[in-house]
Amino acid sequence: MVKDQEFLKSKALYCLDLAKKMGATDASVTVGHSISETVNFRNKSLEASDRSDGLALSIETYLGKRRSSISSSNLLDENIKTLIEKCFETTKITPEDEFNSLPDKNLLAKQISSLNLYDETRFENDKKIKYLKDLEESASSDKQIINTESSFTENKSNFILANSDGFCDGYKTSSFAASCVTVAKDENSMERDYEFSSKRHLSDIKQATDLGNKAAKQTIRKLSPKKIGSEKISIIFDKRISKGMLSTFASAISASAIARGTSFLKDKIDQQVFANSINVIDKPDIIKGMGSQNFDSEGVNSNTLRLIENGILKNYLVDTYNGKKLNLKSNGRSGGTTNLYFEKGNISYEDLIKKNSRSLYITETIGHGSNLVTGDYSVGATGFLVEDGEFKYPVNEITIAGNFKDMFKNIILANDLEFEYSVNSPTMMIEGMTVAGK
Amino acid sequence: MSIFFNKSDLTRQDADKIVSDTLHNCDDGELYLEESKSESILLDDNKIKSSNYSSDLGFGFRAISNEVVAYSYSNEISKDSLKNSSENLKSTLKSIKGTYNHEIPKSNKKFYEDINPIEQKSLDSKLEVLNKVNDFLRKKDGSVKQVTASFAGEQKSIEIIRSGGEALTDVRPLIRFNVSVMLEKNGRKETGVYGIGGRQSYDDYLKNDNWKNVCEEAFRIASVNLESKPAPAGEMKVVLGPGWPAILIHEAIGHGLEGDFNRKKTSAFHDLMGEKVASEGVTIVDDGTIDNRRGSLTIDDEGTPTERTVLIENGILKNFMQDRHNARLMNTRSTGSGRRENYRHIVLPRMRNTMMLSGNQTQDEMIKSVDKGIFAVSFGGGQVDITSGKFVFNCTEAYEINNGKIGSPIKGATLIGDGPSILKEVSMVGNDMMLDPGIGTCGKAGQGVPVGVAQPSILIDKMTVGGTKL
Repeated sequence: MVKDQEFLKSKALYCLDLAKKMGATDASVTVGHSISETVNFRNKSLEASDRSDGLALSIETYLGKRRSSISSSNLLDENIKTLIEKCFETTKITPEDEFNSLPDKNLLAKQISSLNLYDETRFENDKKIKYLKDLEESASSDKQIINTESSFTENKSNFILANSDGFCDGYKTSSFAASCVTVAKDENSMERDYEFSSKRHLSDIKQATDLGNKAAKQTIRKLSPKKIGSEKISIIFDKRISKGMLSTFASAISASAIARGTSFLKDKIDQQVFANSINVIDKPDIIKGMGSQNFDSEGVNSNTLRLIENGILKNYLVDTYNGKKLNLKSNGRSGGTTNLYFEKGNISYEDLIKKNSRSLYITETIGHGSNLVTGDYSVGATGFLVEDGEFKYPVNEITIAGNFKDMFKNIILANDLEFEYSVNSPTMMIEGMTVAGK
Repeated sequence: MSIFFNKSDLTRQDADKIVSDTLHNCDDGELYLEESKSESILLDDNKIKSSNYSSDLGFGFRAISNEVVAYSYSNEISKDSLKNSSENLKSTLKSIKGTYNHEIPKSNKKFYEDINPIEQKSLDSKLEVLNKVNDFLRKKDGSVKQVTASFAGEQKSIEIIRSGGEALTDVRPLIRFNVSVMLEKNGRKETGVYGIGGRQSYDDYLKNDNWKNVCEEAFRIASVNLESKPAPAGEMKVVLGPGWPAILIHEAIGHGLEGDFNRKKTSAFHDLMGEKVASEGVTIVDDGTIDNRRGSLTIDDEGTPTERTVLIENGILKNFMQDRHNARLMNTRSTGSGRRENYRHIVLPRMRNTMMLSGNQTQDEMIKSVDKGIFAVSFGGGQVDITSGKFVFNCTEAYEINNGKIGSPIKGATLIGDGPSILKEVSMVGNDMMLDPGIGTCGKAGQGVPVGVAQPSILIDKMTVGGTKL
């Protein structure tokens, strides 16, 4: 069983008390406990089981504007004492930083509403095994599939965040995740693809057979890929890639990147950065949402933010420290976005695919090719050549490149948005990007 | 005197008994105990932004029978906690029986000292170096707009207890010093990053004001990039500089030669043992035995002494990298390549220091032989799709080559290639093999481990450059 609030609270308050006694002017503590159980399958038989049970403690102590932090997994009182001593000693010799402080008291979350983020259902390992058997049975039904690997993870977590301004709250969360990776082979090639489902509640997890079938289908269609020539072409990003574009955007508007001047979106508030049809929203209070939260990692209340309105940048993601630097109030985004999404567009998926006589549909990218300072983008890609709305053949060993500043202004979104993950996007098209191939 | 048995009700005898009881019907397994102490100190935006210290203690208990690995970890080292883990392992393996394999080779060699780098240099003197870095770079040139410098240090102590009471221990120091600088000129911004590190004390790396050289290198890379032009797009010849660019070898070849992917036949290399996979003159080794290197280990995380494993010899595929589990299932021996990020993770076969050895040509000859291509000097990260064999990496410093001469610097572009065929495209191997500066971290299955790479300059006849200029 995951430790209850009372246990975590008592540890957190013990830490705060000790820090105060040693002379800290302020302190903040997070205590968490998490239990995970994973079962792994390969080629229709059990491959591994993995159980983890972990406590975690992190403490920040302040002496005026001096601050340092410490973290540990050992919650014995004796060890905590040694750690806080060490932390406070370090704080004393760390230089002052005028922006260091606990969050403003009046921004702290006051009411915690239930977002239904915890499902107490226990999915015993035997049931996980049954699920994975069904999954791999359907994943391997086509003889071109030569290897299947799948896993089911169940996680239960609880935490308490407390600070010396009297904030002390936390809540339980759960997650269930099933995933499947399949390998297909023909005379010309070997290819891999995947599918997964991750939810707060067990009952929302995709059917095992659906997951297996989808992974297999996505893998088989990649067989015998061709390399295409280098050209300018319209690129259609599958949902699993377009949501990554949104995560890149979120990194570029974090107050830390803005304050340091290392973002291509610095000083762009109230300016057009996306096509004017685009709206980007970050909504923390979606019931059962994978990214939902009652407050951020500092205890600050978080409300829905419209980050992009009609293509115009309206908000950065602000935490206390960087907010003070930028003269902005924290908007409860210490720790990043919550449930981030593009509002859906008004063209159907079918019409988007048909929009150009020739386009490239991308299902996977590899490499770390996003430069947040300059906005330059260049990654390896895998996908399909699409002609007149039809998928002609798979394509690989190519790269796609552009600059986010131009790419964002040329985004066209389909109307197929679904809320599956903590970041969600419809299928996306960007015209006029460069493909490098033969 | 073990550091793990004076802190709770768990005695050494208890642990031995629980381990032997749990594993006697298994093929392999061990209790892995770990204590780590680590610090990170960061200067950013003219200030000491954070100083963090953390300590972690825990165990991972593994039991293997046939192909099934059962694993349980906890950060509470106590009799109850170990018994719970034991029950959990037994329940997974209840219907599978094995025969415990006791053999593990022994060696007295050590490749680093038992030191705690964190305690060897005072916090004050670390802060002083970071502030000097900041002042030095900001005074150096008006275009410097942002400086980030950091120290990261760690001491990890491990003990492996095997069935029958055999115990193996290792104490591993690791440090890293990193500088990143952002320049702005005529409205353009570019960054340059450089770092050094390994398994020695901070002062071994920072003596003689060596931090200045790190600053100069980060500044130089950023300055080059301020003048960069859009990169070309398409297939062309690529000359790679020596040292860190060997992450190409790591991504393109290394991962595909790890035992697990080959046992599962999901690697593009799984049926190529003994075959020609590279041009003649190409020899690649994975070596855990180089003194004080970031990827070196005295013993791996299963207790096997590390070694220098020849992967490719003169173009022929000779060996995969193995941990005990995959080695047993493939009827071969462990190469001392079993590694894990920490006690929370299972052991996987991983790289240590992956190196292409020198040939006898010069970088000059390579550049002169290229009509149109690029010269890549430094890279950011890379990634590989093991199954299709396609890999990428991102240039952070590269130049055009036109008619045998190095031209303008080009913007960061991704290079993409095919692992199993790329080494056949290597047409010249340089005489200038160099180790990387000690900064690599390799990710696999969510686990990061420190690694090293090395190579001489090489000429690749055909690779796709992912620029924007057609």
